[in-house]
Amino acid sequence: MNIHEYQAKQLLARHGVAVPAGEPCKTVDEARAVAEKLFAAGHTLIVIKSQIHAGGRGKGTFTHGFQGGVKLAKSVDEAVNFASNMLGKTLVTKQTGPEGRVVQTILIAAAETIKKEFYLAVLLDRANSRPLIMASTEGGVEIEEVAAHTPEKIVREHVDPAVGLMPYQARKIAAALGLKGDLFNQACKLITGVYKASWESDAAMVEINPLCIVEGPGGKEAIMAVDAKIGLDDNALYRHADIQAMRDLAEESPLEVEASKYSLNYIKLDGNIACLVNGAGLAMSTMDIIKHYGGDPANFLDVGGGASKDQVAAAFRIILSDASVKGILVNIFGGIMDCNVIATGIVEAVRETGLKLPLVVRLEGNNVAAGKKTLAESGLTIISGDSMADAAQKVVKATRAA
Amino acid sequence: MAILVTPQTKVLIQGITGSFGARHAQLSLAYGSQVVAGVTPGKGGQLFEGKVPVFDTVSQAARETGATASAIFVPPPFAADAILEAVDAGLDLVVCITEGIPVNDMVRVKRAMQGSKTRLIGPNCPGLVTPGEGPQSHGGCRIGIAPGYIHKKGHVGVVSRSGTLTYEAVWQLTCRGVGQSTCVGIGGDPVNGTSHLDVIKMFMADPETHGIIMIGEIGGAAEEEAAEWIGRYGTKPVAGFIAGATAPPGRRMGHAGAIVSGGKGTAQAKIDAFRKAGIGVAATPSEMADTLLRMM
Repeated sequence: MNIHEYQAKQLLARHGVAVPAGEPCKTVDEARAVAEKLFAAGHTLIVIKSQIHAGGRGKGTFTHGFQGGVKLAKSVDEAVNFASNMLGKTLVTKQTGPEGRVVQTILIAAAETIKKEFYLAVLLDRANSRPLIMASTEGGVEIEEVAAHTPEKIVREHVDPAVGLMPYQARKIAAALGLKGDLFNQACKLITGVYKASWESDAAMVEINPLCIVEGPGGKEAIMAVDAKIGLDDNALYRHADIQAMRDLAEESPLEVEASKYSLNYIKLDGNIACLVNGAGLAMSTMDIIKHYGGDPANFLDVGGGASKDQVAAAFRIILSDASVKGILVNIFGGIMDCNVIATGIVEAVRETGLKLPLVVRLEGNNVAAGKKTLAESGLTIISGDSMADAAQKVVKATRAA
Repeated sequence: MAILVTPQTKVLIQGITGSFGARHAQLSLAYGSQVVAGVTPGKGGQLFEGKVPVFDTVSQAARETGATASAIFVPPPFAADAILEAVDAGLDLVVCITEGIPVNDMVRVKRAMQGSKTRLIGPNCPGLVTPGEGPQSHGGCRIGIAPGYIHKKGHVGVVSRSGTLTYEAVWQLTCRGVGQSTCVGIGGDPVNGTSHLDVIKMFMADPETHGIIMIGEIGGAAEEEAAEWIGRYGTKPVAGFIAGATAPPGRRMGHAGAIVSGGKGTAQAKIDAFRKAGIGVAATPSEMADTLLRMM
């Protein structure tokens, strides 16, 4: 699960990580109040940031023509103008796709004077099954770019989960970033806080980009997380009621939300051949084989190892809610589950939804003969596939003809 | 011989009285596997199916019955504890079927298992099968949730991150009259007990295994690691397939570990590593068995 920047900063601040002063706003009135408060506190420049789960906000464009999802304001009136051009409006960035996202919340914060930018992240190193802290003096750019061109500018520190992050490790990272004196001490505290926030919230990834040296009033320098991105481990959400409450369903695809109610794993793609499969690996390779034979998969859909009739029915409804779908491939390897139960579920779902699109079914496994008989005797036009290759070729052909 | 387990291996089941554990305990018994004990805290003293004794702790079960392997079917919040209990009891093999364990729990489990003699397979895996000699491979050792009847005793080793895709490969082999030594599902999570490479090394050392099918998917670099080793030290034909070439980057494809992030873990990188190592690459999942058989 992903959360918004303002929520990520709230989580970090709880663990002692310094972030710019600011508050989320859902209405223009709230925006005015927060802007007034920040200017009253002595800040001379503030930033208004659209909160959506997609990158490229600063360079994005709203569908009503307003440029930029992140804006700097020198006055309350300016801030209010920006807020009213963002709230409730649709922002299109390079990551949102052409449909864009509606901005429900904006973050209004002090715009700090940035002296230097760094990069800091905590993630899982799958190669040795330990948390890894990555830091770089090259902040504000994508870390993949740094890794590709100047890998020596990235420092890595693995954390032993038995003892957690030790203070000396934070010191090593702060030193590698070239920090001295008070900034060195501040960085150690911040790195420790970021790691604790990551571990204690069961984050899959925490990324602070940029982490900044900012110049405060009187020229006093401080270290702050100026932007923050956190992804959470879905498997651990059950033990974090506070983080679950941060879920923003408006940021998720409605069909994916609907599928999750039936414990179906559904991901919408751009093609026109829908697939319904049991098992994640088989579902991925069903998409692959559709592509291999010249088709385009419309979705990933894993109904799980022990799919029920209800799940199959729900899966059909979800697949058919996608208007671009022109053909369907069902691929079931019924190892333990009874193929006839699945076949009965398919027949019922086809009747219930009044399916008109070509449907290819490949059944294999337990009680497969009875399952195939049920499909054949249903009176429905269901095309039978003998193998994955056969079924994929048939669905590609039938979809083209349709 | 086979790897990890033989038809004689004595198995206990943690979570035997839950519906999922009970169902698969029955199926393993029906397959002829030596399921000798169950463990459910608070239900010690009961008999499962009128014949398998249930214990409160893994240590008691192992001591009383001589079980050396365990299958774990407990819900995700209790799975880390169940794994370490089996490790503490000194079992040789622990197979964790549970899907949905928090990553940090597994990070701690792996750390705690350092230096122990126990091998963990999974979590989030279908388990393993060493087929028996009876009809439909009856009499083999089935630990987990794989369908027993699709197997056939023979000489191909199968290792995979995915469940149904493993069954697909096994069934292709069996339909062509080719049997398997052992089939191992290592699981779809980003942190697991046993890697592709661990299993590949065992297959290479097992005289009963003459060829290997290795099935991988997007995410991580475990397939690349195994391929590099095979390229250097492999002595038997290996065919492979990688699932997820069409998966969009940044999305988790069902398995917690199946994600392309920051341009890492792509299907193409894995396929390239396979080719470089001389592993036969199946162009589609329909050709996994045929690709290997052409090499043998």
